[in-house]
Amino acid sequence: MVTQTEFEAALLDAERPVPEGLVDGQGAPAGRRYAVYRNNVAVSLSEALETAFPAVAKLIGPENFAKAAGMYLRREQPGSPLMMFYGAGFPEFLASLEPLKPIGYLSDVARLEMALRESYHAADAPVLDPAVFQGMEEEDLMASRLGIAPSVRIIHSPWPVLSVYNFTMIEGSPQPQPTAEDVLVARPDYDPTPYLLPKGGADFVQALQQGQSFGDALGAAGDDFDLGATLALLLQGGALTDLKRP
Amino acid sequence: MFDHSNTLPPRPGVGYKPQHFTEIMENPAPVGWLEIHAENYMGDGGRPLAQLRALAERFPISVHGVGLSIGGEDRLDPDHLARLKHLVSWLNPASFSEHLAWSTHDSHFLNDLLPLAYTNDTLTRVADHIDELQEVIGRKMLLENPSSYLAFEESSWSETDFLREVAKRTGCGMLLDVNNVFVSATNLGYSPQEYIADYPIDLVGEIHLGGHDEDHDDHGAPLLIDSHGREVADPVWALLDITLAASGPRPLLIEWDTDVPDWPVLAEEAVRAEQALAKVDA
Repeated sequence: MVTQTEFEAALLDAERPVPEGLVDGQGAPAGRRYAVYRNNVAVSLSEALETAFPAVAKLIGPENFAKAAGMYLRREQPGSPLMMFYGAGFPEFLASLEPLKPIGYLSDVARLEMALRESYHAADAPVLDPAVFQGMEEEDLMASRLGIAPSVRIIHSPWPVLSVYNFTMIEGSPQPQPTAEDVLVARPDYDPTPYLLPKGGADFVQALQQGQSFGDALGAAGDDFDLGATLALLLQGGALTDLKRP
Repeated sequence: MFDHSNTLPPRPGVGYKPQHFTEIMENPAPVGWLEIHAENYMGDGGRPLAQLRALAERFPISVHGVGLSIGGEDRLDPDHLARLKHLVSWLNPASFSEHLAWSTHDSHFLNDLLPLAYTNDTLTRVADHIDELQEVIGRKMLLENPSSYLAFEESSWSETDFLREVAKRTGCGMLLDVNNVFVSATNLGYSPQEYIADYPIDLVGEIHLGGHDEDHDDHGAPLLIDSHGREVADPVWALLDITLAASGPRPLLIEWDTDVPDWPVLAEEAVRAEQALAKVDA
């Protein structure tokens, strides 16, 4: 009897022999026929990673990507049939690969791509009408809580992660400069979009995500924080859902 | 939420791909219904669900699961059962179908439809899993025959008898994939026409058609791969005619999942399906 444990083990490890008891139509050993399943599994998982991480694939080239994906899929199979979320551990895995260490920003670009994907499938939410801010007393505003849409993600990076992503994916984008970048991923009209956040913006949004008041989030953002620019991005991206007054 | 009287029409349908959304909404002819892969619509929101809601207002929808692992040795994943229940509840599709295969083992999802031996033990397991699923989603499912590249020495049932017995025990219906019959028959060296003759044809609620690729095994024997990446092959259309002559008109789906073509190419396949249906009497 061929158990599924045996069948699976040999699927993911081409060094293992084809399990005994698998045959062709005439009772001869299955041989190469088993390789169809090996190939289906490896190709489908590898293609899922390539679809999820197109910028990473461009940055390291198809051959290196295929190698990295092949190693990853043997180490970590999807934890559920929801293939759109496969690869959540891929950014960390890339960071652990010695030959890729010189490309310091690679893992953060992968995190950005995963964030875009999560945003795409996140729950829908109402969009805040900016008119709610009109005529608000400062005291009320500071004590209010701003709701952040479930499709919002924040990437903190010591690398120019968004510039690298744009340079890789959008023709004509400027050459990245050596600077740290924080990114807001928001989803206007169902299309996840990355926005470059001003200094302190990532801390501000993360504080709001944690349910802190507007005033506390301002405190978290630090001294030279550009509130106006950050709010403009949040509104542009449809990232705010509601405002709860104290 | 949507009422399509819980049956698919005996017309051509296609596997829905998001890139065809606008064209399908503008002019779907001759497509009368759409099939979606359940797992692609299990996110929390965004464009996939918005598109599905819009499509479901216009078309009967068939939900086709590719990840439940009905043939798996492990118990069915309760989280996945809950996700299926949720999808079927809000969408109220015209049909739900899954595969005679396994894809998850030891909590690893392998993203392929893997084969199982046809024995008394596997029969009991498959029937129990289908009972459980049908209980959870509150409706009968259709079970699809696999495309096979190999067989199990230990099998003691023919595939057609196995399917018939599963249906008898669970009350489920059948999704007959005619391309899979042709692929399996070629790969395992039996007659596809005899398979159709032995098949529980009265239980067919839906028929699938798709393209396959050609390869060879170690001995140079033909090995067909169920790739869903091209037009349906001529001998598969011929096998469809034999099938429809026995079954009468049935909902007929064109599957095209890799190297997905532009809409007109897929619509052309649906036209051919419509012509095949027109040849048989209701």
